[in-house]
Amino acid sequence: METIEIKLQNLTKVFQAKNKEETIAVNDLDITIPAGKLIGLLGPSGCGKSTTLYMISGLLKPTEGRIFFGDTDVTDVAPEKRGIGLVFQNYALYPHMTVKQNILFPLENLKMDKEKALERAQFYADLVGIGHLMARKPVQLSGGQQQRVAIARALVKEPRVLLLDEPLSNLDARLRLQTREEIKRIQKETGITTIFVTHDQEEAMSISDEIVLMQEGIQQQKGAPQDVYDKPANLFVAKFLGSPPINLFEGRIENEKIMVGKAQFGRAEGKKDQKVVIGVRPEGFNIVERSSLKVTVDFVETIGRDTTLIIQKPEGAVDPEVLKAQQEESDEMIDGIEEGSIEETAPEQKATFRAIVDADNRVKPGDVIKLSVKPHKMFLFNKDGELI
Amino acid sequence: MLEEKNNLKAWLYLLPAIILLSIFTFYPIINAFILVFLENYRYIDGSYTGWTLTGNISVVVNSGLFWRAIQNTIFIVFVSVPVSVIISLFIAVWLNSIKKFQGAYQTIFFLPYVTNAIAIGLAFAVIFSTTGGLFNYFLEAIGLSPRVWVSTGASWGRAMFALLVFITWSGLAFKIMVFLSGLQSIDKQYYDAARVDAASRRRVFLKITVPLLSPMIAFITITSFIGAFKEYTAIVGMFGENLNPGVGRNMLITIVGIVYQSLGETYPGATSEAAAAAIILFFMTLILTLFNMWVSKKRVHY
Repeated sequence: METIEIKLQNLTKVFQAKNKEETIAVNDLDITIPAGKLIGLLGPSGCGKSTTLYMISGLLKPTEGRIFFGDTDVTDVAPEKRGIGLVFQNYALYPHMTVKQNILFPLENLKMDKEKALERAQFYADLVGIGHLMARKPVQLSGGQQQRVAIARALVKEPRVLLLDEPLSNLDARLRLQTREEIKRIQKETGITTIFVTHDQEEAMSISDEIVLMQEGIQQQKGAPQDVYDKPANLFVAKFLGSPPINLFEGRIENEKIMVGKAQFGRAEGKKDQKVVIGVRPEGFNIVERSSLKVTVDFVETIGRDTTLIIQKPEGAVDPEVLKAQQEESDEMIDGIEEGSIEETAPEQKATFRAIVDADNRVKPGDVIKLSVKPHKMFLFNKDGELI
Repeated sequence: MLEEKNNLKAWLYLLPAIILLSIFTFYPIINAFILVFLENYRYIDGSYTGWTLTGNISVVVNSGLFWRAIQNTIFIVFVSVPVSVIISLFIAVWLNSIKKFQGAYQTIFFLPYVTNAIAIGLAFAVIFSTTGGLFNYFLEAIGLSPRVWVSTGASWGRAMFALLVFITWSGLAFKIMVFLSGLQSIDKQYYDAARVDAASRRRVFLKITVPLLSPMIAFITITSFIGAFKEYTAIVGMFGENLNPGVGRNMLITIVGIVYQSLGETYPGATSEAAAAAIILFFMTLILTLFNMWVSKKRVHY
């Protein structure tokens, strides 16, 4: 299978409602998707990721900008001529056809020789592991099996690009885990340039070669999952990635010291005095003998391997307004993230933060402990959410 | 205990419908089956001279009009139903695909449904009239000579043609509406998927639209067949009560036409002959409907 690079240039999509009100779904997107890689388009619902996918497929026309497959400009090319395979969120399997007929359908459209088509259909059915279910109708299959049929149907014409729209959202948690490994395997085996859309950061991080994080139609950051996690470009990225999510503190830089209330979190050399939002990953704390960061432990969650401490934030770490803003944001995140637990949004938690520490530390609720902050797990943002 | 109570309630709710159906549907059906076997029955005083097994039926079958009625009915059924189903399917697909003024077009196509059949029949009689009729005008425009369609001297073929055009046309509205609602309930994703998979428009229609619409198509086909078997109003609307183009009688009679005409007679046994014709029609319809359902069981994808 030929692999190609996909280039999006100033891609913009504006939807116009009946009352002439305009919504910018995708705003000036510039992305290059390397050949033969698996790319996750990630973002909360309504961020324009699906719109982007459908523009790449050709089912939606961009308002502005160009799309290139390799060196060819395909912006004005009809979807059927782009050589793409598309897996819909609800799979869109034809309910009146058997699995075999569904997979054969694209090949029949290409008027391929019958025997060759059958052979190819069987090959891809076997590849996705549903080769023995060819005679079934879609209603007789489980969600995971239907999803595989949809992938086989998308792959069978050997497209240059595979596009998946929220491929795992209809599966239960266990099947999701299994299927995402499967997608990764199929992509590796076929070497096809693959783009998939998801709102689940864990899903995107676990299988993507690269992730593109979007918000409100604008690309926030693009890179290898670990790089994006380790070096978030802004507050949105820092908050969106990571489970449990990053801890945020209201603080300031004072004489190159990072201060939260009276506690010092670290040093910020060469940075001028200002108010900042401090983000610290839950794994970014050490329990130490001496520190100005002296906190009270509220709860202890033990899972054996490590221990999550839910700790009261030091004085001055929460600004009431920020607390409110955080509340709203996390509500939004819950809308987007199915797995978001209720715990994370309960209001009383907002005055606390999480620290994941080694299980060897026997900490009890009510204990007062001293913490130090790992500098590479700490990020500073200005009031506009930009990294400083 | 609880169940019995609920049953009582259920019957209570059903009562209005049951009463109406009993008086106007069940009783007449049963009565028709009884009337067929009565000899010289007179509906005025309810008197009859005895019982007969096939007497009334054989009177109807041997009446001379019967085979013409069968021929006309079958012709109407097997031409108008397939033609109108196919045409309305295409119109519905077209209506569903246009974007501008869809509502306006839908209204226009639905208007015939709310218009009186006799009135439309009169309008069609004018359209097909020999002099000054639109249809002859159209024939002349394309270089053909005008013909007699619905007036005295029209051949059976021409009269039947005009009638079929009328029947087919007036049946379109309801079918289009049902198909359109069916089309609008088909998930758009199937069409997106087919587009990505490079399916031609013909294949999309035959492989996706028609199968996904098959429950509606089956429903419309079965009800249209039943409706066409009962055709009578259209003929009266277009040709008048004599069921004949111009002077003469009964060229375009149907089985229901026999039923009506027999009911209008007063000689002893006339009502029984009407019942006999009705029962013959009943069994013809039943057989065809059973066949339809057998076909749709194999062909319809629910």
